[in-house]
Amino acid sequence: MSEVLILVDAVDGKVAKSTGELATFAKAIGKVSAVIFDASLVSQLSAYTIDNVIICNGIDVTKFSPAPVAQAFAQLVASKSAAAVLITSSSRGKEIAGRLAVATNSGIITDASTIDSDLVTTQLVFGGSTTVHAAVTRGTTIATLRSNSIEPIVGSGTPTTEEFTPTISDAAKLGQVISTEPVVKGGRPELTEASIVVSGGRGTNGDFKPVEAFADVLGAAVGASRAATDAGWYPHTHQVGQTGKSVSPQLYVACGISGAIQHRAGMQTSKMIVAINKDSEAPIFELADYGVIGDLFNVLPQATTAIAAKKA
Amino acid sequence: MRIAVCVKQVPDSWAEKKMAGGVLDRASADAVLNDLDEYAVEEALRIVEANSPTKEAGEGSGHTITLISMGPDRATEAIRKALSMGADEAIHICDAGLGGSDALATSLVLSKAISDGGFDLVICGTESTDARMSVIPAMLAERLGWAQLTFAGSVNVDPGATKVSIARSTELGIENMEANFPVVVSVIEKINEPRYPSFKGIMAAKKKTITVKSLIDVGISADQVGSKAAWSNVRDAVLRPARSTGIKVEDGGDGGTKLAEFLAEKRVI
Repeated sequence: MSEVLILVDAVDGKVAKSTGELATFAKAIGKVSAVIFDASLVSQLSAYTIDNVIICNGIDVTKFSPAPVAQAFAQLVASKSAAAVLITSSSRGKEIAGRLAVATNSGIITDASTIDSDLVTTQLVFGGSTTVHAAVTRGTTIATLRSNSIEPIVGSGTPTTEEFTPTISDAAKLGQVISTEPVVKGGRPELTEASIVVSGGRGTNGDFKPVEAFADVLGAAVGASRAATDAGWYPHTHQVGQTGKSVSPQLYVACGISGAIQHRAGMQTSKMIVAINKDSEAPIFELADYGVIGDLFNVLPQATTAIAAKKA
Repeated sequence: MRIAVCVKQVPDSWAEKKMAGGVLDRASADAVLNDLDEYAVEEALRIVEANSPTKEAGEGSGHTITLISMGPDRATEAIRKALSMGADEAIHICDAGLGGSDALATSLVLSKAISDGGFDLVICGTESTDARMSVIPAMLAERLGWAQLTFAGSVNVDPGATKVSIARSTELGIENMEANFPVVVSVIEKINEPRYPSFKGIMAAKKKTITVKSLIDVGISADQVGSKAAWSNVRDAVLRPARSTGIKVEDGGDGGTKLAEFLAEKRVI
């Protein structure tokens, strides 16, 4: 049976839901082997359809660039004759996948929204205007998958475990992490994993309170346009767009965001889009399933109250 | 210090993009310098200016900035734009065999041009606005065996100590990283505000050298690149139906209530 390697995502010692999505896709292909570099995560992995856990020892990957992770995977791909490697489409995930493709002479597909049992992927390209089906034709299939693409299947057993000590070259240790400043966490869901995202832009004039209040009544994550993060109104880590995060929630609410192409690139594949903007000509309305031409400082508090009343 | 900046000509991000024969139809859209590469050019200029006795890039700074670009003939326009910002010279790898190259082939070609050039530092944008894979900087580091310091929100270079430090900014937060030369850096768009080329810069760019190289010149055989060598293939590409224009209401004092009703009707709440 063909073996599929997945890279486990964890934040602050907690395995992320995206891992379950990778496991769900991988299970349709073959035996699922989840790779971790932190042995303490093992107990959480029975939550998903994972058959085997490979615990990589001897290297603290948080101290380096993504190179050592890619190197460990290259060795596992060879020893397991893996059919595919699935990694979450994050900045780091795509870098690991890129290095792994070079190291193993394999093709790579990034930002897929699905991968089927024949290893054919689906991607939405050009800002969601075109659907592409593609497959790797050489080496091992290396694919990165976007979060929120599939509902993870719950696991039904305890995976087997094995230990592996990769050989990490000096070259892979050249870029070193000296210190870290973790993302300051609020009580809201993680932006890329949230099923609802409410974002604010230039139209907030620096006041995100109505945006946050609306997000909270919906149980949503808060995002921001580049204009808002550049102005220092909201942390850069919440930026949605070309070089910020790409999100694909069930509902995206753009408040006071004109919808420049750079922003659209990060949210265009959301299932439903709502826009609130004073300018009736704002390009964001071209995407919106529901648009309100009006001042967010009037519309949002009213909607927040109305939703709170419906929920009560 | 010798700095290389990788730049790419891409279809204008405002233009409609189409597929032709399984690849992006580049001929049908206006072509521009990838705007994310402008941040890389700007950062290279700032690094040189900070370490130059004259506080200026160019001759007399003791440092050089070389653009490296792979693309068809008309990529010259994008290269000239980056030269007019202040880069010193350019290498343009241009060969009929390169059409349809994937990221693996592109990184191979760029890595050959870089390793031939004796550079200390390579700076890239995080991605191109057409392919948006965001893998080339990491692939270059892997191929060259150099340190990878990517997604930099700030870069500090100490040419004396031959050391580079960056603040890597990703979903995971900020990681302060460092490495010794040679280093591959990619910069995020928050890092700086790219300058507009001055009239003087535009005139000077016309006289700057663009060295055109073929595949043979960089030591790559034709079967390693191009669409035939691509390591993944597109089965089909279909235009998705345009997002049907939704409902648009004017806020007449009840916009918020109507929005809440819409969300309730769609069972979002």
